[in-house]
Order: sequence, then C-alpha cells, then structure tokens
Amino acid sequence: MSDSRHNEHILPIKTYVAVAAGLFILTAVTVGVSFIHLGGWNAVVAFGVATIKGLLVAMFFMHLLYDRKIYLIIFATALLFLGVFIALTMFDILLRGPINPDTSSPIKNEAVIYEKNTTDSLQMEVIEDNAAVSTQSGH
Amino acid sequence: MSEQHNHHPAHLAHHFSEVEQQRESAKMGMWIFLLTEILLFGGLFVTYTVYRAWNPDMFYNAHKFLNVTLGTVNTFALISSSLTMALAIRFIQVGDRRKTIIFLMATLALAAVFLVIKYFEYSHKFHLGQLPGKYYTFTGVAGNNPHIFFGIYFAMTGLHGIHVLAGMGAISWMLFRTIRNDFSAEYYTPMEMTGLYWHLVDLIWIYLFPLLYLIG
Repeated sequence: MSDSRHNEHILPIKTYVAVAAGLFILTAVTVGVSFIHLGGWNAVVAFGVATIKGLLVAMFFMHLLYDRKIYLIIFATALLFLGVFIALTMFDILLRGPINPDTSSPIKNEAVIYEKNTTDSLQMEVIEDNAAVSTQSGH
Repeated sequence: MSEQHNHHPAHLAHHFSEVEQQRESAKMGMWIFLLTEILLFGGLFVTYTVYRAWNPDMFYNAHKFLNVTLGTVNTFALISSSLTMALAIRFIQVGDRRKTIIFLMATLALAAVFLVIKYFEYSHKFHLGQLPGKYYTFTGVAGNNPHIFFGIYFAMTGLHGIHVLAGMGAISWMLFRTIRNDFSAEYYTPMEMTGLYWHLVDLIWIYLFPLLYLIG
C-alpha cells in the first residue's frame, strides 16, 4: 500500500452503471409502493428503500466500500448521532402526552391559521380605533 | 526554492511529506465536513419527525399537493447526475480529460434540470399561497395547521436547493480547472472532494423525496 496509486481503486464503468440502474429501479419501487395503502408499513418501506439507496450511493459512488475504514467510521458516527438526536427527541414527543396532556401538543388543534387571519385583521382595526381615540383624548 | 521543488510534484504542498498523505488528509477533512452537513440537515429531519408525529393526518392531506411526477423526475435527474459525476472522476483517474469534461458538463446540465423543475414547483406553490407560516393563504387542505407542512417543505427543499447551487458552483470550478489542465491521473483530489459533496447532496434528496412526496 506504500505506492500512492494503490489506494485509488479505479472501478469499472459497468459497476457505476449497475449501481445507478439499481437506484433507478428502487426509485420506481418506492414510488409504486406509495400508491398502495399498507398503513404504517408505507413509511417503513419508504425509509427502508431510501436507506438501501443511500447505502448504494455511499458505498459505491462515494467509494466507502473501497476506501480506508476511517471515512466509513466518520460517516457512521454522523448517522449514529443523528439517530440519537431523533430517538431521544421522539421519546419526549411521543411519551409526553400521558404525563401532561395539556402540553403534549403545543399548537392548539383549533388554531387553523387561515381562520385566525380574519380575526387578526378585525383585532387590528379595534386596536387602531382605540389608538385613534386615545390620541384624540390625549390632546 | 526551485531545487526544493524538484523533489516533489507541483501539486504536493510543502507541509505534506508525500502525495498520498496529502490526499488522505483532504479526504478526511471532507468527510468531517460531510458529517457536519448530515447534522445540519439532521435538525430539519428531527423537525419533520416531530411535526409529522403530531399531525399525521394533516401531513398526509398536505403532501397530496406536491407533484409526485415532478419529484420522481427530479430524483432520476439527481441520481443520473451522481452517476455522471462518478464517471467524470473515473475518467480523470485513467487520464481521459476529454471524457471528464463531457461528464462534468452532463452533471451540470442535470443539476440545472433539477433546479428548473424545482423553480416550477415553487412558483406553483407561491401562486396558490401554499407558503410557510403567516404567508399561508391556501384553503384546500383538510386538517389543522397545514402551513406547518409547507414550512417544513420549503425549509428542507430550500436548504437542499442551496446545496445544489453550491455544488454546481464547485463543479463549474472543477470543469474550468480540468480545461486549464490542472488535473491528471496523478492528481485530481479537488474533483474527488467535489464528487463526495455532490453525492451527499444526492443522498439527502434520496431521503427528502419519500419523506415529502410519498407519505403513504
């Protein structure tokens, strides 16, 4: 491995084309499955197919399969900590309700924004009227 | 000075003892940068997960207003661009500059296709008022707070779009340097780093596409 050329791993063109073909097929699969109702399994299939596609890109296009393992470790570290970030946040989000139902969902269900806009503009008029009155009385 | 330079190739910087050490240092630095990129998008992925957990039905209803056909075409465009980028590096590895230039230009063209389609998707949503937060005026989505979905949609695809633009800038620079004859089979590290960045942009889109367009 002391020769610098040995670490470069020149892959055959057909490897890249085969990986791209796999990615195209998996894209077609994930789009097709999304039109079939599988309940909760839709999300599992979508995430699983995306992960297989991501691994193909990382292993072959990004050469992680052939390169020094330290790059794979750095990549895996990023994914591990992203996993910790998501998992610990979701423990809070999903389990907060039974402890405190009032704060389990901070945005109130009835607070639909396009209905709120009309009341906002009404309130603005009231505030402007009040302001007009107070400036008049101030003089 | 000139005597020192005779000992090593022109592309080897003084603070590295050999070409391979320089190359591996650059690559490790690039991978650590990509780690920070994953965590940058990670914050948005967490936001997505939290709000989808809180509003599963609204997310399902709102995602129906994204165009799956355009999203699929964009996925194919971006995967193809990753292939052409990988092939551009493959050809500089064997010293075929002409094919490298062709594949770099193909990568740029496919990236442009992606952004043009994204432009049409965005302008359609602007027109309908499917905008984040208080700018949301669309009334066709059943469920509460549909502006949240579009806020997350624009944040995620917007940050990704900025990365596509940055990648196009880097690829254009690599194209210029290849034409200028900076690269050879012995030295092409900047192009390899650009390739890693471009593949990460593709990788992130591979997740964004099902999360936003294909909610089952």
